[in-house]
Amino acid sequence: MRSFLTVLSVSVAVLSYCLLNTIINAWYAGVSASSSYRLIVRNAISLVFSLPISYKERIKQVKGVTHVAQGNWFGGIYIEEKNFFANFAVEPETFLKLYPEFILSDVEKKEFLKDRKGCIVGRKLTERFGWKVGDRIVLKGTIFPGNWEFVIKGVYRGKDRTVDESQFLFHWEYLNETLKKTNPRRADQAGYFIVGISNPEDAAEVSKEIDELFKNSIAETLTETEKAFQLSFVTMTEAIVIAIKLVSYVVIAIIIVVVANTMAMSVRERKSEYATMKAFGFASAAISFIIICESVLISLIGGILGVIFTFPAVDFVGDILSVYFPIFVLDEVVIYKSIGFSILSGFLSGLLPSFEAVKVNIAEGLRWSG
Amino acid sequence: MKLIFLYSLRNILRRKLTTILTALGMSLVIFVFSAVLMLAEGLKKTLVKTGSYDNVVVTRKSAGSEVQSGIEKEQVSIIETIPEIATDSNGKKYIARELVVLIGLPKLGTNKLSNVVIRGIKENSMYLRDKVKLIKGSMPKWGSNEVIVGSRIAEKFEGVQIGKTLKFAQREWVVVGVFDAGTTGFSSEIWADVEQLKQAFRRPNYSSVIFKLTNLADFEQVKQRLETDPRLTVEVRREVKYYEDQSTMMAKFIKVMGMSMTIVFSIGAILGAMITMYSAIAQRSSEIGTLRALGFQKSTILIAFLVESLFLSLAGGIFGLFLASFLQFYTISTMNWQTFSELAFSFTLTPSIIIQSLLFSIIMGISGGMIPAYKASKEHIVDALRTA
Repeated sequence: MRSFLTVLSVSVAVLSYCLLNTIINAWYAGVSASSSYRLIVRNAISLVFSLPISYKERIKQVKGVTHVAQGNWFGGIYIEEKNFFANFAVEPETFLKLYPEFILSDVEKKEFLKDRKGCIVGRKLTERFGWKVGDRIVLKGTIFPGNWEFVIKGVYRGKDRTVDESQFLFHWEYLNETLKKTNPRRADQAGYFIVGISNPEDAAEVSKEIDELFKNSIAETLTETEKAFQLSFVTMTEAIVIAIKLVSYVVIAIIIVVVANTMAMSVRERKSEYATMKAFGFASAAISFIIICESVLISLIGGILGVIFTFPAVDFVGDILSVYFPIFVLDEVVIYKSIGFSILSGFLSGLLPSFEAVKVNIAEGLRWSG
Repeated sequence: MKLIFLYSLRNILRRKLTTILTALGMSLVIFVFSAVLMLAEGLKKTLVKTGSYDNVVVTRKSAGSEVQSGIEKEQVSIIETIPEIATDSNGKKYIARELVVLIGLPKLGTNKLSNVVIRGIKENSMYLRDKVKLIKGSMPKWGSNEVIVGSRIAEKFEGVQIGKTLKFAQREWVVVGVFDAGTTGFSSEIWADVEQLKQAFRRPNYSSVIFKLTNLADFEQVKQRLETDPRLTVEVRREVKYYEDQSTMMAKFIKVMGMSMTIVFSIGAILGAMITMYSAIAQRSSEIGTLRALGFQKSTILIAFLVESLFLSLAGGIFGLFLASFLQFYTISTMNWQTFSELAFSFTLTPSIIIQSLLFSIIMGISGGMIPAYKASKEHIVDALRTA
């Protein structure tokens, strides 16, 4: 009964450890999904400042650059604010070339490129809102005022599970043409440029060259690899990541405490048994070994059970948090780590009680009755 | 009854290691539980305190925050003409046109850029924010490239000390003062002359207009009039509401995450309490038998063991709260997704959080102790006495 409860509580702890780490991974999802073949060029002041579209041609001239696509964070809201998802205005043709992991059928691709008001959406978005190809969608602009109408021309899928399938992409030209009419001052401005390079090893040089081009101009640029760019978002919210990490160590502490408690109690109860063993001539080391084995076994079973529970739990929590984390995938490393930690904590928690058992005085222990 | 309490208490003290371990498990759960509540509370407090109730913020319609907003000069002039705006003794109106932009600044020790709010202000902005006080140096001279930095920024960022220069928008800006705005969001901002900022960033528009009302009751009327004015496309909010709107996403995130974690943890801790209580009862079978033989009621024994488990969980809860209370000295500085900018806030402990945490530990104690205690009270006298 007690072992069962202990196993259960260890498995709960392992479960939460896995979940916490999956959340941390989800945080870094954008970073791990980034390609070393892509650079991001943005305004050096901060992301809220834009760059003139004329930069595009000049960036193209830089040696080692294969493609350049401009993009804007659109920040549109679908009906109400809680329906948040990422929406970007991009130059579609080059964008799709730069992101081969966004998979779209040829028909859909052709349809999308043809229609300036067309958009493509990720598979997860269509599931969330029940959209299908041909639907008319209206987004309310927060950065670019007004109601913007789009027609879904295609649903993209990710090449693998690390690709964010909850984005909304549309023609940059549509945004720009509209701005030319309504707000000419903000037209012909790109939020950022995505630059494809032929050789990832040249990333640093190409970045430097691009930044040199625009030094001392009105809009200085900051070029970094996509990875560094995504990482900069993570570092801005680093405090939260650290907090989650800390909590996941607290979980391990809880495992240790619970298992140690169980072992302490069994040792108390079995004092006379250990005394008997000692009387038979078993070495102290052997007795500690038995106790530690038992505690490792308990926490290992709990750990395995916890991992088994984790799979459905990750799906469940992933659904709830899908607004915050479009990618929520259990990583193998997390599983190995959690198993490792449960063995380690089993060992640590067996240690203290085993000292107590070893200390048992034979005569006194034999007299002990629990 | 007193005897029963003492019995429970003595039992706890008798088995030191087990007691400490069980209570420690509980205290860790309560620690996480209260830390989450304190964090959510701190965030809310920071953002809500930032606004004052009699100030009104005007932004462009459907722009969530000042950074996204833009109001043309002509529109600003229209807003400035409304009669409900409060005036000082000289007849000067309490209204300020401001510009809010974000710049990347390196955080101390990491050299990583974080987005910091730069707010363009005029004299009036200070009068409208009576919580903001200059604590070091001087105010910026109007029409110059001088800036003052918020106290939280001064602590956490590089190159923002008095006398240093910041370089952005092709100009150099001299830091001449540090201001403190308590635990409000303003402490995480940098302030400069609005007209200088507009020129430097080549922004023809203001981000927001802030004014004070003479009569608080006029708010609805003013809101109605401005929002329906065909010459304007604006949204009018009380400053308090404006800042509250900016905390919703983050506060919800902290709550959802924290609460689901605490629930999972508490299951673990309840199991821990159960383990302890089960073994306590198994060891004391004969004692229970004796008590029953002496004429103690089943219900009394049930209560005795429940009390024991309650003692454990309360001790854990108090210790957990004790640990958590130290978090109050710790300030978290992170990016608020909704405004995309740096915001510092602290863990805040309130009486209601203390009560909630203690209640939670009591619930854990009862649910962990209930089944074992029930089992104990059910034991047959004869059987119990026989197990030695």
